[in-house]
Amino acid sequence: MRSLDLLWLVPALPIAGAALNGLICLFWPKAGKATATLIGVGFPGVSMLVALAAIWQYLHGTNPAPFEQTLWSWTTGTFSIPIAFLLDPLSVVMLFIVTFVGFWIHVYSAGYMSHEPGYRRYFAYLNLFMGAMLLLILGNNFLVMFVGWEGVGLCSYLLIGFYFDQSFPPQAGRKAFIVNRIGDFAFLTGMFALAAKYGTLTYSKIFPVVVGAPEALKEHYALGLTFAGFVALCFFIGAMGKSAQIPLYVWLPDAMAGPTPVSALIHAATMVTAGVYMVVRSNAIYQLAPEIGTFVAVIGAFTAILAASIGLVQNDIKKVLAYSTVSQLGYMFLAAGLGAYTAAVFHLGTHAFFKALLFLGSGSVIHAMGGEQDMRKMGNLRKFMPVTFWTFALGTAAIAGVPGFAGFFSKDEILHNTAATGHWGLFAIGLLTAGLTAFYMVRAVAMTFFGKFRGTHEQEHHLHESPWVMTVPLLVLAVGAVGSGWVGIPEILGGGNSFHHFLSPVIADFSNRLPEHAVEHPEMAASTDWLLLIASVAAGLIGIGYAFKLYGRGEFGGASWARRFPAVYRLLDRKYWVDEIYDRLIIKPLGSFSRFLWKGFDDTIVDGSVRALAWATELSAEGGRLTTTGNVRHYALYFFLGVLGLFWWILRS
Amino acid sequence: MSLPNSVPVSWFLVLAALLFAIGVAGALTRRNGIGIFLSIELMLNAANVALVGYSRLLGERTGQIMVLFVMAVAAAEAAVGLGLFIAVYRQRRTIDVNRLNLMRW
Amino acid sequence: METAIFLIFAALALGSALMVVTHKSPVYATMSLVVTLFSLAVMFVLLGAPFIGALQVLVYAGAIVVLFLFVLMLLNISKEEHQQEGQTVHRWVALLGAGAFIGLVVPLLYRAAQPRNAGVLTEQFVSIREFARDLFGRYLLQFEIVGLLLLVAVVAATVVARKPPAAPSGAPGADSPVSEVEP
Repeated sequence: MRSLDLLWLVPALPIAGAALNGLICLFWPKAGKATATLIGVGFPGVSMLVALAAIWQYLHGTNPAPFEQTLWSWTTGTFSIPIAFLLDPLSVVMLFIVTFVGFWIHVYSAGYMSHEPGYRRYFAYLNLFMGAMLLLILGNNFLVMFVGWEGVGLCSYLLIGFYFDQSFPPQAGRKAFIVNRIGDFAFLTGMFALAAKYGTLTYSKIFPVVVGAPEALKEHYALGLTFAGFVALCFFIGAMGKSAQIPLYVWLPDAMAGPTPVSALIHAATMVTAGVYMVVRSNAIYQLAPEIGTFVAVIGAFTAILAASIGLVQNDIKKVLAYSTVSQLGYMFLAAGLGAYTAAVFHLGTHAFFKALLFLGSGSVIHAMGGEQDMRKMGNLRKFMPVTFWTFALGTAAIAGVPGFAGFFSKDEILHNTAATGHWGLFAIGLLTAGLTAFYMVRAVAMTFFGKFRGTHEQEHHLHESPWVMTVPLLVLAVGAVGSGWVGIPEILGGGNSFHHFLSPVIADFSNRLPEHAVEHPEMAASTDWLLLIASVAAGLIGIGYAFKLYGRGEFGGASWARRFPAVYRLLDRKYWVDEIYDRLIIKPLGSFSRFLWKGFDDTIVDGSVRALAWATELSAEGGRLTTTGNVRHYALYFFLGVLGLFWWILRS
Repeated sequence: MSLPNSVPVSWFLVLAALLFAIGVAGALTRRNGIGIFLSIELMLNAANVALVGYSRLLGERTGQIMVLFVMAVAAAEAAVGLGLFIAVYRQRRTIDVNRLNLMRW
Repeated sequence: METAIFLIFAALALGSALMVVTHKSPVYATMSLVVTLFSLAVMFVLLGAPFIGALQVLVYAGAIVVLFLFVLMLLNISKEEHQQEGQTVHRWVALLGAGAFIGLVVPLLYRAAQPRNAGVLTEQFVSIREFARDLFGRYLLQFEIVGLLLLVAVVAATVVARKPPAAPSGAPGADSPVSEVEP
C-alpha cells in the first residue's frame, strides 16, 4: 500500500486526538495525565510519520505530477466542493514544517505544561489546531483551505484565552478573533468572486484557466480594479488578518497571553504564515495584478520596519519575539508582493524553525524563572541553563542573518529579489529592518543570558535547566535553525538554489501568454549581487555588534538613547499609539453606534412596539374584563345595543 | 257592514314603537325580576299592536293569528319565568338581578 | 270619534306603560300593566281585530297578570331596593338606547305606512268565523305546536318551582339549599 494513499490520515489523526482528549475531558475528568500525553503527543507523532512517509514517496515517486486524493464531494446544485487533499511542492514544504515543528512543540508542551491545570484541554486544543492547519495546507481548493483557516482561528482564540480565569487572556483571544474576522470577510468575498466567475474553487481547475486566458482577469471588475486585482486584494486583506500585517497586526502581540508553546506553534511557526501560503498558492492571480503586488510589498515592508522598531524597546521577552514575528512576516509579504514567491516560502520555512526555537527557548527561560517574562529581572542565565542558552543563541544567529545560518540565506534571497526588481526604497527598508532585527534579538540575548542575575534570591535559588522533554525539541529545532537554509544556497555562493527549483512548478508561468511577465527571476551583475550580500551581512553584524556594546556587560545601554530622544522612545514604547488610535477611531464609535442601536433602536423601537402590543392587549383585555360583570342586565344592555346597531345598519340608507 | 276608518294605521305603528321603547328602557333599568318581566310583556304587546296594525294595513289576517301565538308564548314564558323566580328566591332570598351575578368571570 | 278614542286610549296606554316601568312597587306596576293591556285591547278593536281584543282582556289581563300578582304575593316583595352605586351609567345608556330606537324606527314606520293607508274595513276581515277558519285550517299545525309548547311550559314551571326534596339526613355532601322558605 502506498503511504501517499494514507495522506488523509495526516489531518485526521490530530483531529481524532483532539476529539478523544476532549471526550475524556468531558466524561472522565479524573483521568490521569499519562493518557493525555499519550494521545496528545502520540497522534500528531503518528501523523508526522505518515506525512514524512508520504513526502518521501512523493519526492521519490516516478510521477512528478501533484498528488490529489478525493475523500468525498459536497455538491449543491451544479456547484461541487471536493473534500480532497493535494500534495504538490508547496504543500510538501508546508506539510513538513507543520508536522515536524508541530510535533516537536507537542513534545515540548508535555514538559512545559506538566504543572498546569487544564493539561488535557490544552492538548485537545493543540491537536485540533494541528488538524485544522493541515486541512488548510493540504486542501485542494479554497473552501477546504477556508475551513482550516477558520479552524486555526478558533484554536488560536481558544489557546490565547487558555488561562481563562485571568482577565487579560480572554480579552486578547477575543481581540485576535475579531481582528481576524475582518480579514476573513475579505477572504470570503474573494472566494465568492472566484466561485462566481469559474464555478469552482479547486486550484487545479482555476489556475490552468487563469494561465490559459489571463486577459479575462485583466478586465475591469469592481472598485476600479481588474478581476485579478479585486480577488488579490480581497485575499491579501484576509492574509493581513491571519498573518498580522498593517493594519490588522495588533492582535498578534496580545496573543502572547497564551502559553508559550502556543506562541511558538501558532503565533510564530505555522498559523500566522497561512496568509503567506495563501498568497503564494494564488500566485497566478497575483502575477496578473502587479499593482496589488506592489501594495502587498509596501505593506509588508512597512510592517517589517514598524514591528522591528517597536521590538527595540520591549522588555517582555515574548513581546520582543512577537514583534519580531510580525516583522519577519512583513519580510515574507515583501517577497511575495514582488513576485519572489519561492523566496517568501523559503523564509517562511526557515523562520518556522528559528522562531519556534526562539519561542521555545524563551518558554524554557520563563519556566525556569517561575513565570517571569520581564527581561530586566533576568540576566546571567547562561550559567544555569546552558542548553537553552546555546540553542537560543543559534536561533538568534539565524534570525540575525549571520552567514551560514538559515535566516541568512532566506533573508538574503528576499533582499536580492527586492533589489533585482528595482525597488530600492523597499530594499533600504528591508536592510534597515535586518539591522534592527539583529539588534533587538541580541539585546534580548544579552539581557537574558549575560550580565548579573537581577531577579529575587528565591528565583535564583530555583533556576534550573529544563527537563530533557523540553531541551530535546530545542536541540532538534536548533539543527533546523542552522541547517534549514542550506536547501536554498544561492548560485552566487556556489549552491544550486535547489529550493527555488523545487518550488517552481507551483509558480504559474505566463511567459508564453504575457511576455512582460517573463522577468520572474531577473539576472543581475555578480558584482552588484556581492555588494548586496555584503550590505545585508554588514547590517546584521552592525546590529549585533552595537547591541553587544550597549547591553553586553549587563547594563541597559539603550537608556542613554532613550534619554537623548525621549519623544522617539515614548513613541516606540507606546507602540505608535496604534491600539489607542484604533480604540478612538473604530472601537469607541462602533461602541457608541452599537449602544445607539441597542438603546435607541432595539430597546425603544423593536422592544417598544412589542411592549406596546402587549400593553394594548392587556388594556383591551382589562376593558373587556370590566364588561363581563356577571350581571344579566348588563348583558341584556349589550344585546340591545347590538340589535340597535344592526337596526342602524339595515336602515342606514 | 262597513266600518269607519278615520285613524291612520301609521299612528298605531308609532304607538307600538313608543310602547316598545318604554318596554326596552324598563327591561334594562329595572332591577326587580318581576319588573323586568312586566317590561317584557310591554314589549310583546307593542309587537302585537304592530302586527295587528300591519295586518290591517295589508288586509291580511295572518298578523292576527301571529298575535294569538305571541300571547300563547307569552303565557308559557310567564309561567316558566315566574317558576324560575320562585326557585331563585328560595335559594338567594331575593330576585334583585343585580345580586344574581353568577355569570361572573 | 275614532280619533278621539284612539288619542285617549293611546295616552292612557303610554302613561300606564311609563308607570309599569317606573313605579317602585311591583304591585302597582302590575296593576298599571293591566291598564295598558286594556287600552291596547281597545286599539285592537279599532284596528278591526275584536277577537284579539277580547283575547287580550281574557288571557292577558285575566290570566297572565293574575299569575304575576299571585307570584308577587307568594314571594311577598313589596318595594324595590334602593339604587346601588354605579347604576346611573347603565340607566342612562339604556334610556339613550331606547331614545335612539325611537329616533330610528318611528320616522320609518310613519313614512312607510303613510302612502298606503288601509282601505275600508270589511265585515269579512273582522269576523271570527274567518279567523277561526284560518287558525284551524292554514295554521292548524302551528296551533297544535303552540299547544304542545304550553303543555311543556306547564310541566317545566311545575318542576322548576317545586320545593326541592329534603336531603336525606346524615348524607354527607348532599346538595342542600342555603335556606328554605316556608310557604
